[in-house]
Amino acid sequence: MSPRQLIRSAPFRLALAYVALFSVSSIVLLAFIYWSTAGSMVAQAEETIEAEISGLAERYRLTGLGGLVDLVEARASHSGAGSSLYLLVDPGYHHIAGNLQGWPAAQADEKGWIRFKLEDRRDETNQRVHEARAKIFPLRGEYRILVGRDFHDIESIQRRIVSTLAWGLAITAALALIGGALVGRSRIRRLAEINRTIGEIMAGNLSRRIPRRRAGDEFDRLSTNLNKMLDEIQRLMDGVRQVSDSIAHDLRTPLARLRNQLELLHEAERDEEKRRAVELAIQDAENLLTTFTALLRIAQIESGARREGFAELDLPGLLKDVAEYYEPLAEERSQTLRLVLGDWDGPVSGDRDLLFQALANLVDNAVKYAPSGGRITLGLESEGGRARITVADSGAGIPRAHRQRVFERFYRVDGSRNTPGNGLGLSLVEAVIRLHGGEIRLEDNAPGLRVLILL
Amino acid sequence: MKILIIEDDERARAYLRKGLEESGHVVDSAADGKEGYFLANSQPYDALIVDRMLPGMEGLAIVQALRATGSKTPILILSALGEVDDRVEGLRKGGDDYLVKPFAFSELLARLEALVRRAEVESVETRLQVADLTMDLLSHRVERAGRKIDLQPREFRLLEYLMRHSGQVVTRTMLLEKVWDYHFDPQTNVIDVHVSRLRRKIDKDFGQVLLHTVRGTGYLLREPTPTDP
Repeated sequence: MSPRQLIRSAPFRLALAYVALFSVSSIVLLAFIYWSTAGSMVAQAEETIEAEISGLAERYRLTGLGGLVDLVEARASHSGAGSSLYLLVDPGYHHIAGNLQGWPAAQADEKGWIRFKLEDRRDETNQRVHEARAKIFPLRGEYRILVGRDFHDIESIQRRIVSTLAWGLAITAALALIGGALVGRSRIRRLAEINRTIGEIMAGNLSRRIPRRRAGDEFDRLSTNLNKMLDEIQRLMDGVRQVSDSIAHDLRTPLARLRNQLELLHEAERDEEKRRAVELAIQDAENLLTTFTALLRIAQIESGARREGFAELDLPGLLKDVAEYYEPLAEERSQTLRLVLGDWDGPVSGDRDLLFQALANLVDNAVKYAPSGGRITLGLESEGGRARITVADSGAGIPRAHRQRVFERFYRVDGSRNTPGNGLGLSLVEAVIRLHGGEIRLEDNAPGLRVLILL
Repeated sequence: MKILIIEDDERARAYLRKGLEESGHVVDSAADGKEGYFLANSQPYDALIVDRMLPGMEGLAIVQALRATGSKTPILILSALGEVDDRVEGLRKGGDDYLVKPFAFSELLARLEALVRRAEVESVETRLQVADLTMDLLSHRVERAGRKIDLQPREFRLLEYLMRHSGQVVTRTMLLEKVWDYHFDPQTNVIDVHVSRLRRKIDKDFGQVLLHTVRGTGYLLREPTPTDP
């Protein structure tokens, strides 16, 4: 299976949709985890700062500036790694005590919180700037105390959380994708199997059935149902075939005998008037037989069984034969029959007898309906990789309203009831073209009719 | 000719027997496949008419079995149109010709005679002659009464087939199959136009008519008889 096929397959797309859905829900989940861990760490730090400030304020109230300086120095030295920040300044913002060297430039919000950048003093080689958060508490006499927290640790934890979550998301998505592809592949294989079987059946091998795997899954149920449907179709087609056989045997045989008897009668009869009557009867029997034969033939073609006998054929050669076959008839009616072979030289697989008959029927119609001295053109070109056959005449054409209906059995365009024919010629043509998977269209040739066939 | 009919339908069998006997042939018949096969093996026949669907032994199986034993007797296979048109299968299994039921008796007779004729004339001919009409198959030269006649390639093949079967009726379907090499039911008699064209070339300016139309059946190319005009 090509990657293209895999990507275009329904199960794989379903898997992709699941991956997308899964990723979105994972992101939501991870965002919540992030918020509840990293977010609460900040909140916790802020609470600690508030607590410390209230502790320091209490000390200042009890012991005055001296006691406060001692406590600040003690805490600053305890802080060690320096994640806690302290700074006590005089009214001129000069350093009195604390482990922070200068008063940060940042502006405090109404609650006294500030956010500022802090240069890393611990690692000389790797100078990094950390985020820090602090609260300022004014003391009497324009003294100020700042208590803060270097967010370096929190930041690194946050970073780790983010990268862990990102990796988690990526791995989840990758696993979902692989899982989807694997699950999809086995489904695609089943579906391809079913499609292949149906293709074979459509090609005429009606006895094929879709294999089951006894897994009892939806595919098995689908296969079972399809097989049941195929059994039913085959039963119906056998029924049609039986009816055809019955018509062939029970109706056509006595009719043929009737005609033969009439022929014997005709030979024995000496009375000219009676001979004429018998001749008419023979003609009627003949027409009936022709109609039966044509009907049976269409039914047989539509059953698709002849597709098994398809072989590669020489389309230009076939058209030449048709033109050559009809040329004398056209000439007799002072019509010109032109064969225009274009640039087509691709391979065509089909039943040459049936295609000959189909094209013969079309040219026959063209010769029949084109006026004396008219033009008939039989053409072959290539159109988008397909063979395009046209049969055009300069006759009266077929009014638009009738164009689709002329393919129906026994349908005749009103005016042509007078011309001989049984209304089955175009039905047979359509059946043959359909058997070959082709298209047939009727167009206006202004004047006349143009039949266009794509194979 | 001695002909064996293997056909289970009694009416069809009687009808064939009557027609063939009236045409001056000796007829044996069998209603059962095995019996037919036994008869075909025990006596020499000039031709066999074998139905496809038979009790006892299938028609094509009989043909296959006979060919396997080296029999070269011409065989005409009959089949109902309702079944798949498996002419090719019938011919591949050793049948010489294939006729779909129901058929006009004249069609069957014409085909049967053509088959037997073909079996007789196995030699490679280079020249055909009917009365004063001659055809040289090597130089593709056609003359009548010493006068050269120009023919289109298809007309040449048509005349060749008619000359090879001179004295025999050939039907339109036979011409379509053997000269045009297409198997189908001609809806209109386009072949008549081809034949009348040919007739204009070989018969028109010459006293006696060689190419005759057999009403309701087909055509006949033959030596003139004293009663001809």
